Amino acid sequence: MQLDFNSPKPIYSQMVDEVKKALARGELSPGDKIPSHKEQAQISKVNPNTVQRAYQEMEREGLTETLRGQGTFIRKDPALLVHIRSEMAQAAVRQFIEEMQGLGIEPEETERMLRRHLYQEEEG
Amino acid sequence: MQTDGNPYMIELTAIHKRYLLKQALTDIDLQIRTGTIVGLLGPNGSGKSTLMKMIAGLIYPTSGMIQVAGRTPDVHNKKHIAYLPEIDHLYGWMTVAETLRFLSGFYSDWQADKAAALMETLELDGKQKMRNLSKGMRARLKLITAFARNVPLILLDEPFSGIDPPSRAKIIRSIISEFQSEEQTILLSTHTVSESEPMFDDVIFLHQGRVKLFDSAENLRSTYGCSLENIWEKVYT
Repeated sequence: MQLDFNSPKPIYSQMVDEVKKALARGELSPGDKIPSHKEQAQISKVNPNTVQRAYQEMEREGLTETLRGQGTFIRKDPALLVHIRSEMAQAAVRQFIEEMQGLGIEPEETERMLRRHLYQEEEG
Repeated sequence: MQTDGNPYMIELTAIHKRYLLKQALTDIDLQIRTGTIVGLLGPNGSGKSTLMKMIAGLIYPTSGMIQVAGRTPDVHNKKHIAYLPEIDHLYGWMTVAETLRFLSGFYSDWQADKAAALMETLELDGKQKMRNLSKGMRARLKLITAFARNVPLILLDEPFSGIDPPSRAKIIRSIISEFQSEEQTILLSTHTVSESEPMFDDVIFLHQGRVKLFDSAENLRSTYGCSLENIWEKVYT
């Protein structure tokens, strides 16, 4: 798990993102069992209360469900993957746009550069 | 030990400690929540050990009020507190197993099965003589002496000082896996922040006997926009 303690993003929230990324990449699938929060704390060497908060957040977002006596699972929902992918794609686009704005590049120029890149990538 | 209804394991109010001419602690106000791992950070001489000893009930404040689990700490608190001093308090002529057996006699809450399990995970050989252990291995053994006890409060004074990185990593892993977040509280002092940072709920930065910063690790990181390790640089340089 990649955690950045210099990031303004809280650690629990970074942990939720890591699970989403693993889902988007296919390393985790709906219905998969994930470690208990205590196990996860040991694996990632992170404070158990922080991990518990991440687990609560995942449950709240509908990413996981806890079955009594069985553990925590990625929710078996066909729409889940589509939803996560689109959420992450939008976040990536937002970040890209912010960085371009930060560099003082006009929207038209950003669009031109993006098109050129996408086009070249397709050719290459 | 009574902890019901009180969200705080430790409460310090306007604490001052003076040793003859030296002011060791000045106007300390702290509330440590039950069920958290708290980092007590600061350079040498900032008052970390004095504060630890005071919470352990080994020294008394010159003025101010201190409550540990709702009562003023004194020597009787030993029953409820596992306090690991920075200095080495174990005998060289004993073996590892003898040391643990010797210590088990002092505490009615000693859990021999837990001590045995920890010896395994921390890779210690019971037959080894204490005097032949490396500093890192002694530190691991000291940790066992704290976690083998069933107590609501664990005080670890500089558990990482002068210890090799592999031992540090093992100690951190054990603290996280042994910590009972529902009922236990751990206060850990250190001046090596980078590795211990992920462990902490709340953090205290001490500077020349005063509390310079005290907040949750998450709030501190978001306020300063960087890791505790980098906050350290800002606070102490």
